[in-house]
Amino acid sequence: MNFEAKIDKFINILIEQNGYVKVVEGLENTLKIAIVGLVIGIVIGTLIATVRVLPKYKVLPRILNGICSFYVAFFRGTPMVVQLLVFYYVALPLMGIRLPSLTVAMAVFGLNSGAYISEIMRSGIQSVDYGQMEGGRSVGLSFSTTMLKIVIPQAVKNILPTLGNEFIVLIKETSIVSFIGAADLYVAFNYIGSNSYEFMVPYLTMALIYIVLVCIISLLVKIMERSLHKSDRRN
Amino acid sequence: MIDVINLRKSFGKVDVLKGIDIKINKGDVVVVIGPSGSGKSTFLRCLNCMEDPTDGNIIFNGVDIADPKVDINIHRRRIGMVFQHFNLFNNKTVIENIMLSPVLCAKSDRRKAVRKNLFSKEKQPVKSVKEIKAEARENAMALLKRIGLEDKADVYPSTLSGGQKQRVAIVRSLAMNPDVILFDEPTSALDPEMVGEVLEVMKELAKSGMTMVVVTHEMGFAKEVGSRIVFMDEGVITEENNPADFFGNPQNARLKEFLSKVLM
Repeated sequence: MNFEAKIDKFINILIEQNGYVKVVEGLENTLKIAIVGLVIGIVIGTLIATVRVLPKYKVLPRILNGICSFYVAFFRGTPMVVQLLVFYYVALPLMGIRLPSLTVAMAVFGLNSGAYISEIMRSGIQSVDYGQMEGGRSVGLSFSTTMLKIVIPQAVKNILPTLGNEFIVLIKETSIVSFIGAADLYVAFNYIGSNSYEFMVPYLTMALIYIVLVCIISLLVKIMERSLHKSDRRN
Repeated sequence: MIDVINLRKSFGKVDVLKGIDIKINKGDVVVVIGPSGSGKSTFLRCLNCMEDPTDGNIIFNGVDIADPKVDINIHRRRIGMVFQHFNLFNNKTVIENIMLSPVLCAKSDRRKAVRKNLFSKEKQPVKSVKEIKAEARENAMALLKRIGLEDKADVYPSTLSGGQKQRVAIVRSLAMNPDVILFDEPTSALDPEMVGEVLEVMKELAKSGMTMVVVTHEMGFAKEVGSRIVFMDEGVITEENNPADFFGNPQNARLKEFLSKVLM
């Protein structure tokens, strides 16, 4: 079969047999999982990172620190596929909870990226001069207010490229959610491929979509970085 | 105003402060000098619990703030601090630096007042957030005018010179209307040219009756502005006197040696 025929077949299924609906749905799910995952991850990661930079001479911070260490060790120590399977087929049914696979995927992606982002965020927080914290405390702000208003904004500025990287990883990693039956880009193109017994064009198109997505994200990160670095420039 | 009783601080096994007793009264300008490693900075940082004292009491306006159960943030509002490295907030403009804490503190007081009004018959007047912000901005602009930097209100600290940064840091602490301001070597990180402008602001502050505790190596400033000079050596205060006698008639042998080296 020549190349043109393959493309014809692909377009036929994509448009005439409503394949594009699946693709749009897959793209939507892929983005949903990655974005929701990133947001949950940033919240969890920031909390863990804050716990990890707390002064350690009291009991409560030590206990929290222990819990966070365990959390990070668990989510970094197992593959995401395993986490998906464990949550969807083992942990949630044991607790008697039934959730749609898309929701589970979002949650697991958030929990997983939280572990990674906590380490990124910790290095970001530690890259901010300790004087910033002292400056905030000296005018009567509490530890958490200073963290929220002064230290974390500067930390985020420093780690933005790495956070962008994490988002890219998340986008690409979504291709494993079909393990628990969530419909992402891979599922959509796999459907087209198996209907036409022809995988070359669908898979190449899928690769192209991922590349375009990643390029857009890199661009957005660059724009954000530029606007956040306002305070560094002399004007 | 501040009554320090037997203040001790150790880092691990190293005893940095070995029992400091000093009374700082309203309107005092106490200048702390001493060789490096004598514990001057640690002493100053203990006064607002930036370093938690290992032992002893710091009675500030009748409350022992060395007690870990005390909410230190409330008391730090009344104790300003100026650092060697300025520590301005890099992600905020100059005026935001000055307004930040007054606005946040006023807002949290406002929340408390609103909550109180809910349960009591006598309603206290509560300012709106808008009013709080406008007031803080006005106050900040007045302070900037005082140091001649009102045209720098909307720039970021990274665009200022060292001297300008330190002057902004001084008015940032002033914006909270503190009872006392602590200066931790405020001119040590500055170019020689810029030392003068910062000392000028401090002199003006002293003249206006502000209580100040200053750790510095500027002997000229100590002589001219200080109402009391304290010499620290190896974690204790070895001499404390008025400027004239302190420089003119030093008693302690280590102080004599120190002065002979710095007043050449």
